[in-house]
Amino acid sequence: MTQHSRDVSRRRLLFGGAAVGAATLLTACTSNETPAASTQTKAAGDGAGNNAPGKKVVIGFSAPAADHGWMGAIHANAKAQAAAYSDVEFKEVDGGSNSEAQRSTLGTLIAQKPDIIVVLPHDGKEVNAVALQAMQAGIPIVNLDRAFPDALASRLVIKGDNYGMGVSAGHFIGKQLKDKGVSNPVIGEIAGLEIPLTVERSAGFAAALATYGFKVSNRRSAEFTSDSGQREAAQLLQALPKIDAIWNHDDDQGIGVLAAINQAGRKEFFMVGGAGAKVAIDAIKADNTVLKATVTYNPSMASSAISLARLIAQGRGLGDLTELQVPKEVTLASETITKENASSYEKLGF
Amino acid sequence: MSDATPTPTATPERPQLPAQSPPVDPAETAVAGDKAASTGKLSWWRGDGGEGAKRNLGLIGVLAALIAVGAITKPDLYGDPTWVWNNVLAILQLASVVGVVTVGMTFVIIGGGIDLSVGAIVALAGVWCTTVATQSYGAGGMIFAAIAVGICVGLVNGVLISYGRLVPFIATLAMLVAARGLAAQISNKQTQVSTSTVINDIAARKVLGIPILVYILGAVVLAGWVLLNRTTFGRRTIAVGGNPEAARLAGINVRRHTMLLYALSGLCCGIAAIMLTSQATSAQAAMANLYELDAIAAAIIGGTLLSGGRGTIVGSLLGVIIFATITNLFAINGLSIEAQNMVKGGIIVAAVLVQQFQFKSFTRLLARNRLTTTP
Repeated sequence: MTQHSRDVSRRRLLFGGAAVGAATLLTACTSNETPAASTQTKAAGDGAGNNAPGKKVVIGFSAPAADHGWMGAIHANAKAQAAAYSDVEFKEVDGGSNSEAQRSTLGTLIAQKPDIIVVLPHDGKEVNAVALQAMQAGIPIVNLDRAFPDALASRLVIKGDNYGMGVSAGHFIGKQLKDKGVSNPVIGEIAGLEIPLTVERSAGFAAALATYGFKVSNRRSAEFTSDSGQREAAQLLQALPKIDAIWNHDDDQGIGVLAAINQAGRKEFFMVGGAGAKVAIDAIKADNTVLKATVTYNPSMASSAISLARLIAQGRGLGDLTELQVPKEVTLASETITKENASSYEKLGF
Repeated sequence: MSDATPTPTATPERPQLPAQSPPVDPAETAVAGDKAASTGKLSWWRGDGGEGAKRNLGLIGVLAALIAVGAITKPDLYGDPTWVWNNVLAILQLASVVGVVTVGMTFVIIGGGIDLSVGAIVALAGVWCTTVATQSYGAGGMIFAAIAVGICVGLVNGVLISYGRLVPFIATLAMLVAARGLAAQISNKQTQVSTSTVINDIAARKVLGIPILVYILGAVVLAGWVLLNRTTFGRRTIAVGGNPEAARLAGINVRRHTMLLYALSGLCCGIAAIMLTSQATSAQAAMANLYELDAIAAAIIGGTLLSGGRGTIVGSLLGVIIFATITNLFAINGLSIEAQNMVKGGIIVAAVLVQQFQFKSFTRLLARNRLTTTP
């Protein structure tokens, strides 16, 4: 009897213990409070390590030969940014004047086995295969601005936002006119060469204006050169005897657009530029022309591409981000430069 | 526009040149001769000499039709006389640079050649005259640089073609590529801003209500007209283009003359470069894009024969103005550049079709009919 009762008591103890254990487990599961130690955050001040020298890396660079100011700035920025790091060796190959030339020089660059390659292709589709080949050989590719169609062809895409550029310009113009209380504004647009990026810019512009109930009254396309800008602007001004606002896609052709406006003696409207050239930023700051703002598509992305390439090659993450590796895609925001913030953008002007 | 049609005194002189008149059958000459005897002063109109004038009248008709289309589609704008006057000036300013280039091109084509390098020469001269070094010499230095570069490049073309015996198409195509390359090299592919107020004022200023650019166009067209119609140089140009062998046998130094024609085209490009730099207040290697095609197209619809030997300065001017009017018409109607280019293409084809149409046989037909119907 006593034997039996002892057995029972031991069994009770075991069951009881198991029950209590299960209960604790269960209650633990219902709780949503996460212990501080396991959250995916990063302590403030923990990201200071990005500038600290890491292991030595060789960064290859290939971009089309500079045919205008923007591309010239891309080359200059990449080179200067690489020179700023003591742990980076910069190896630029001539990107040539077409995809064919770029493919062949990229081939020789891959053979030299750099740690990582930054590529701005003539045409993403045509250079895709070579980039894929590099990735398969274990050399990561940082794709600058013009995207490769194949996601496997790059480790990181960093690019500007053409649609966003139009959106920024549209919002600036829309807001200004709304604030002035203009109900049915006359808005002119001087676009660039009719290539896909220009079409994207115009689509963004129209979409942003539509949110204010506005639309473009007349649109002329120039060729990204100042003389074509002058020609098309002169005709646009003739077509619209009274204008409230103009968006000109490109600051280089904007030199000609401003000349045409000056030659016609018109000043009843304000103008927004595009790209963020130094001449435009200076004019906005001086505030003595109709040019009141410009929306950026900044070649500073080349500098950022070099910085990110360095981190990828060293296997480091991005300072302020929690991830241990650099993200896969970076799209720059198109910023609006006005008189108020012009001085802070001066160093980015090209 | 009244001085646009050549005066009757100018045209009758041309048939006197044996080299430039196309082969005519004796019967027709007899008819023309009879007519000349019977109608006196009006004979130039019925004969071969009036052909250029008739073509130009046709072009003025096209121009009037374009303006009428503009007036119908945009009555609100065309109802304002101030706007209409400003629009005429805007069209003339748009035509001014290409117009100056086309005058040079017309000479080259009449002389039996072609100059594909005009746009590239304008760009090279524009870039050369806006470098920091050139701008430091002031407006005079810039104008000298542009004109000197234009003439020099034109001379190189001329020497290659007349003494190097290169086909004009190939020689000037090579120059097109090379001159743009050199321009890109000099400018380092950047847009060079002109800081000279004198240069920039050429496009910005008006004298007696008319922009200076329009005066320059007028002066170049007048000089070109006088040179073609009133000097031995002009007669020789027509002779060389019409039949080089006959011109050589007549004692004309065909090679030297051909060389000078390309230098003349280069000179026009130099002047155009200053005008375009002034308009855009800047210059770059990519400027004056495809001006060669604009100039050739304008010369052709103006009645200049692509094979040489025939053409008028006034016709070319009208051609340029028609193209400028089309651009203006599409702009004020807010239509796309694509549609505009298609219409331009159509007009070039139509002009060449009209060119093939034999006015002579048409008038002869009329004359025969009249002979048979009137006793």
